[in-house]
Amino acid sequence: MSASRTSTLTIRTPEGIAFALQLASPVSRFLAWVVDIFLVTSVLSVLGSLVMILGLVSVDLALAVRIFVYFAGQIGYWLAGEWFWRGQTFGKRLLRLRVVDANGLRLQFSQVVIRNLLRVVDSLPLFYLVGGATTLLNARTQRLGDLAANTVVIRLPRVEQPDVTQILAGKFNSLRLHPHLEARLRQRISPGEARLAVQALLRRDEFEPAPRAELFARLGAHFRSLVEFPPDTVESLTDEQYLRNVVDTVFRPRTRETTAKPAAAELASPLEPG
Amino acid sequence: MIIDLPKFLATEQPFWDELNELLLKIEADPQKPLPLERLRRFHYLYERTAADLGRISTFASEPDTRRYLESLVARAYGEIHETREKPYRLRPWRWLTGTFPQTFRRHSRAFALAVAITIAGVIFGGFATMFDPDSRHVTMPFGHDQIRPSERVAREEHATRDRLAGEKATFSSYLMTHNTQVSIATMALGMTWAVGTIIMLFYNGVILGAICVDYIADGQAKFLAGWLLPHGSFEIPAILIAGQAGLILGAALIGRGNRQPLAERLRAIAGDLVTLIGGVGVMLIWAGFVESFFSQYHEPVVPYTAKILFGLAELIGLSLFLWKSGARSAPETEVQK
Repeated sequence: MSASRTSTLTIRTPEGIAFALQLASPVSRFLAWVVDIFLVTSVLSVLGSLVMILGLVSVDLALAVRIFVYFAGQIGYWLAGEWFWRGQTFGKRLLRLRVVDANGLRLQFSQVVIRNLLRVVDSLPLFYLVGGATTLLNARTQRLGDLAANTVVIRLPRVEQPDVTQILAGKFNSLRLHPHLEARLRQRISPGEARLAVQALLRRDEFEPAPRAELFARLGAHFRSLVEFPPDTVESLTDEQYLRNVVDTVFRPRTRETTAKPAAAELASPLEPG
Repeated sequence: MIIDLPKFLATEQPFWDELNELLLKIEADPQKPLPLERLRRFHYLYERTAADLGRISTFASEPDTRRYLESLVARAYGEIHETREKPYRLRPWRWLTGTFPQTFRRHSRAFALAVAITIAGVIFGGFATMFDPDSRHVTMPFGHDQIRPSERVAREEHATRDRLAGEKATFSSYLMTHNTQVSIATMALGMTWAVGTIIMLFYNGVILGAICVDYIADGQAKFLAGWLLPHGSFEIPAILIAGQAGLILGAALIGRGNRQPLAERLRAIAGDLVTLIGGVGVMLIWAGFVESFFSQYHEPVVPYTAKILFGLAELIGLSLFLWKSGARSAPETEVQK
């Protein structure tokens, strides 16, 4: 099993429960910034032109208002966005990023102000070189503004239920003959391993034959080592078939008709950024 | 841990939904206090959901449920364990007349240091102009090095037309925004362990010292006072307060004599930095108006004595405001280490 390359910030509550926040990469943050800059520049250009209509009354007044609009827009866009959208600007929304308190606490207005005012230093000498270098060196990918404000930028992953029906449809699963061993298998497989097995099966047609056989051999060996099924149940199965049965075992809805698993849609909606 | 998953989900889902609804209400109106019973329920729901997360966290087939519970627990954790004050409703007058001067006084030593650094710059700039006249090309910005003070005074006093006619509002806006940007940079450079802030303060002092000595040596002290005092009595203290904020930030980073972790030290000063830079912004708006609409007019339009008296009155008023305003409304504790 390969280690996850995604940086995470794990917060452990006093109740002993840990939850993980996936940290945004410097590249995704830079792309969000590019989107924001493009948006701010475009909107301010339009507003600047509209303001010049005031020139019919007084050119002096129109120029003064335009200077204010540019200044307020350049600072206020990030402040207002991150405060009213709970840590997001348009660019961050688009790339599913969010600014949060580094301790998992509520984001304060002072934190929003400080991280944005310190863009002055992070943007030195050009194109956020200082800030970018800091995010690369910092374990929590914080730029200087984040360090001062004690904030981090996290990634909001899409929550999708794996579509296992196309893997399992109409196939017989010999592991079902041993419910107690299935229960043990479900217990021993970690969420990451389960997701890896699903992804391998969903994308199996994308592999060349040799790497595909090698991949499933390695995965099969690993999953076979977790729980030992009777030889007559598994010996005729190829590695790919074995993995398919494992996925069926793990993800198959257990039918106690009075209970229902929460639908993906119901689960996903509260996770969506508010 | 082997759990009956369908039964577990069916039993716990209503509690998760209830917690989610409660969280949405709290997040929508952070100022509204919850009744004690609701608070108890909120705490119960949080603990129950946290326990559910602990039970389900190793269950392979439920990564999405786990993420959902993580999200719920994270949001509830932020509300329950947050010990900092909730953001109150905006009260600009109370903030300006109470919070701002109180914060300024709480960090008076940082302000004194900002003044000392600027004075060092003034002395350096003054001496540079006195002993190396060519240094004016380096120390005097905005074209002041291109003209002798006496020439400028003669030109200003014999001007037949208002050179800012039709540009006052633009000039005023430019001054406000430019000076605010300089102030923000002065504060933000505190992140360089205050080295950048010190350089900014010193350089401002150098410019001020060079120009003052240039005008005084040329016999134009009265013009200088009449020109600088009306807006400088707000503009210069504003930059000093921005420097004060930068020095506070730098001190928190260095953490000398403070055993708290870096994050805690920075967290402790965050509100004060925002207050100080907000106050600086207000001061610079006033300074911008005065500089554009008043400072640039000289004798015979406006007598120098009137300008000097106006500037002195502003300086005294600002000093009294910063040292006395809000003194009765709240206790001020010395937090500077």
